[in-house]
Amino acid sequence: MGQAFSYINIFSKLWLSQKEIRILILGLDGAGKTTILYRLQMGEVVTTKPTIGFNVETLKYKNLTLNIWDLGGQTSIRPYWRCYYTNTAAVIFVVDSTDKDRIDIACNELHTMLKEEELLDSALLVFANKQDQPGAMTAAEVSQALALTDLKERSWSIVAASAIKGEGLTEGLDWLMDVIKDEQL
Amino acid sequence: MSTQSYKAQDPYSLGSLPDKMAVYQECVQQFNALPVDAKKCRQLLAKMLRLIYHGVTFPAEESTMLFFSISKLFQHKDSSLRQLVYLAIKELSATSQDVLMVTSSIMKDIQLGDLIYKPNAVRSLSKVLDGLTVSSAERLFRNCMVDKNPIVSSAALIASYNLLPVAKDVVKRFANEALETVNSYKQFPSNQFQLHEYYGTSTTNLPSNSYMYQYHALGLLYELKSHDKMSMMKLITSLHEGSSLKNSLSIIQLIRYINRVLHDDPSLITHLYPVLHSFLKHKSDMVELEACKTLTTLQHLVKDDEFMNVILTLQKLLSVPRSATRFAAVRLINKISLKHPEKVLVVNLELENLINDPNRSISTLAITTLLKTFGVGTVESTSSESVDRLILKMTSLMDEITEDFKIVIIEAIESLALKFPSKHKKLVEFLDDLLRDDGSIKLKTAIVEALFDLIKFLPDENAKQLILMNFCEYIEDCEFTLLLVRILHLLGDEGPKTSQPSYYIRHIYNRLVLENSIIRSSAVIALAKFGALCDEPLASNVRTLLTRSLKDVDDEVRDRASVSLRFIDSKQPSLIVNDSRFNLAALEGKLTHYLNNEDNFSTGFQISEVPLLTLDELKSMEYNEKLTQLDNNADGSGSKDKSEKGTPSGNQDASNDDAAANEYLKQQEYAARLAEVEEFVEYGKLTKSTMTPIYLTDRENEFVVTVVKHFFAETNKLVLEYEITNTLSLLVLQDITIDVVPDNEAYEAEYSTKLAELKPQQSGSVYNSFGVPGILEDDVLAALGNTLKYISKDIIDDEGGIDPADEGIQDDYEIEDLEVSAGDFMFPLYKPNFTAIYDLLPEEDSTVVTVSGVSTIENAATKLTKTLSCMALDGTDYVPSDSTSHILKLLAKDLWGGIVAVQVRLALRGAQVVAKIEVKAETEGMAGVVASGAY
Repeated sequence: MGQAFSYINIFSKLWLSQKEIRILILGLDGAGKTTILYRLQMGEVVTTKPTIGFNVETLKYKNLTLNIWDLGGQTSIRPYWRCYYTNTAAVIFVVDSTDKDRIDIACNELHTMLKEEELLDSALLVFANKQDQPGAMTAAEVSQALALTDLKERSWSIVAASAIKGEGLTEGLDWLMDVIKDEQL
Repeated sequence: MSTQSYKAQDPYSLGSLPDKMAVYQECVQQFNALPVDAKKCRQLLAKMLRLIYHGVTFPAEESTMLFFSISKLFQHKDSSLRQLVYLAIKELSATSQDVLMVTSSIMKDIQLGDLIYKPNAVRSLSKVLDGLTVSSAERLFRNCMVDKNPIVSSAALIASYNLLPVAKDVVKRFANEALETVNSYKQFPSNQFQLHEYYGTSTTNLPSNSYMYQYHALGLLYELKSHDKMSMMKLITSLHEGSSLKNSLSIIQLIRYINRVLHDDPSLITHLYPVLHSFLKHKSDMVELEACKTLTTLQHLVKDDEFMNVILTLQKLLSVPRSATRFAAVRLINKISLKHPEKVLVVNLELENLINDPNRSISTLAITTLLKTFGVGTVESTSSESVDRLILKMTSLMDEITEDFKIVIIEAIESLALKFPSKHKKLVEFLDDLLRDDGSIKLKTAIVEALFDLIKFLPDENAKQLILMNFCEYIEDCEFTLLLVRILHLLGDEGPKTSQPSYYIRHIYNRLVLENSIIRSSAVIALAKFGALCDEPLASNVRTLLTRSLKDVDDEVRDRASVSLRFIDSKQPSLIVNDSRFNLAALEGKLTHYLNNEDNFSTGFQISEVPLLTLDELKSMEYNEKLTQLDNNADGSGSKDKSEKGTPSGNQDASNDDAAANEYLKQQEYAARLAEVEEFVEYGKLTKSTMTPIYLTDRENEFVVTVVKHFFAETNKLVLEYEITNTLSLLVLQDITIDVVPDNEAYEAEYSTKLAELKPQQSGSVYNSFGVPGILEDDVLAALGNTLKYISKDIIDDEGGIDPADEGIQDDYEIEDLEVSAGDFMFPLYKPNFTAIYDLLPEEDSTVVTVSGVSTIENAATKLTKTLSCMALDGTDYVPSDSTSHILKLLAKDLWGGIVAVQVRLALRGAQVVAKIEVKAETEGMAGVVASGAY
């Protein structure tokens, strides 16, 4: 039913608040994806176990309905990410900034994922997570390691964040909402 | 959504199934669409589930695609949708790959989700977990198991039960929680169903507790503890003493577990009988029945006065209003009456009332049971009086019941007449009356077959005569060609041996004049038999009759008549009357073998290789099969009977032939295997092998050894075939031999084979052969001491390799002794007239022994019959359970073709059974062998 109104500009704002925006949270295992999801939804830190499969939550953010999918990052589960790519407005890629050993793997996974046709139009937000930990790479360092500058024709941003302390999350999400609004309208 | 609107647009009750591919496409499309339309998805899921429940399967690829699409529905909160999602996950988990993708979502639902779908989630979780992921859910299962909501608790218990094959180690740790649940009291939350709009209004009358979780918890506990006898005992006694089990199903389950425990260790009966006894009086008749049933199967362990309680409970249950209960009770009584008719005499009155029960299954069972109890009557006059009464009742009932039931009753009558020949007269009369009444060919065939068997197996000549004469009358107006032919054949076989052959000739000749050509031709053959066997002047009269048939209009009749006349004139009765038959199973096997290979066609088929069975041998086989078959029928008479009766003769014949064929084929197989060993070829033809291998070790030992004894009578050789199985996983055995030391010096070791190597879980055979003394020369019985000798080497790598430098350890392994007993020299044999044979046999010997290892006459009789490999005759295998003495009549044929007759007088002295064994035998020396070999 949404389709009928979508071309009428005056209703578009109203429509946007009713339509669910689908966002994926991806990243290697132990990057902090599930913690970020529930920090966003409930505003508190929950104890998590490695996600076997996925978690899905719906939350209201600034008058928008977000449908956020947090997919497990273990090697065995990564092949199934692609099953959930359709209709995705944005991808939040979470990186453990202290894990210098596996940043190359993260880079590979990120670029393979972005090559998928279904994700060509989605925005990309990278959280350089775990900034509260000593020895964490800065956002710039992470950006370089992930070769983000190579990305053309895609809106992307990287934000230094700490899910535990709640820093950087809203900042990143705000940017994402602006991009989505721009693109959808 | 209300029920009304469901009905209005219900697309599921339409007759035909929706198209599989259409449903698949629609599902994938709809489930991936945004936003999720809960109502549409529910309908589609229901459609898909309907397909699956009707047996439609999706191939792995499509199933996986569906699975991932369905997993996307987790984003929607609708609880009804979620329930359907779980049902779908449960069904698809078997066929799709990578089901573990939904694990986290399910676990979250269990922790935080709605109560409505929490049990669904728990059950689905057990389907998607595998050995690696199960530990992450361990805590969840524990918590759910002790949840105060019984439905959640049940779900967790069932889920754990289903996880047993996947992760036994993890589930084992749930034992405490399961035990806690068995003993707990859990109420349905008052709002359980009100949460669901559909149930909302009807929740006022729901029970507050079903105790179903006790049943589920008990089932899980049994799986966890069944290997440990002591903890099972503890569980049983604690549950019984606390009487915490409120749910009848769980009590029934407990009774079944008690049965299994007792099956493994009968000595526990003293502790467990009081438990079972207490369940004989219970408010639920299901529990009472289960207790009765269990005690019935354990009857050999229960004292007679204790067993009376079972009968009393059943007696009470016979008069309850519920048909199912009455049926179950009468069925149990029927089962008891098979072995111990004297015990059910007390309920005869109730049984007679049940004859008029509106439920025909019940009345039929009541009659068959009553029939069995009549054989027991010790005083002839009283019991024949009640036989009269029963027959009167049956006659009136026979008009009302359907043919299927009539056939059941006919079989019961036959079995009674066979078991208790002295009662045959009334029963034969009854069958004869029935034969004259109207009925379909199915019914008539059943009656005729019963009478055929009675002719064959009743020892009394008068009975035979009576039945034959009745047959003569019956064929006067029998409308079924098939039956007429069979009866004529029988008259031809039996008639010439009777005192008045002319009577039969007259009746047969009438057929020759009046009936159609098929009947006429078989009448010709029947007459020919009289002509061949009877003396003059009858024989020449028959010739005259047959000559008339030479002018018959039908060529088959003419052909048969002329052939018969030629045979009679040639004075070779064996051409017409045969006293032996080919072993049909063997013939079939040989022919198949011959036809399967074209190379064989260069030479003709050797019919002489097919063994001939003499009439005596045939009879003993048939008698044996008849008795077991009748017992089996009676056993299953309830549920099975009706379905089986559809094709009575076909079915049973097939199974009979199978038994005979199996035995023969097994022997063939042994012979073929032995022929492969060069040294045994010159031993000649294999005479007898033990049918089932004898275990010389426990079945759970490191090495399992079984042995089969093969006898070669022509050359007096004994070959022992040992089969050794290596059950150890880390040891290879090499150079395996069996060291056999006979305690009888007349046994000469001849030849032994060696097994080169046995890897783990492999089995192999070792042969040892002996020259045994002839029956006359020396004592042929012996005990053989066996020792397994081998070199053991440890396995050092994953592929099961061994270190080539390892010299191994030479080791011995003691296994049990093997006895060569009298039974190894004999085959069971059937003859109707034991006493006459017994008196005639020349060789004689006797001995008195205590039968070891048994405490009742009944068990002693069974044991002796089996160890002597004899057949019990004249119904002496039936021992009334309260008797203190008994005479057992056994007959067998020895390996050299002589007959052996054994008369055993059994007497109970204290807890021991003493047997006086008198043997008479045809073969010289055999009597002594049997007498000294019996124990």
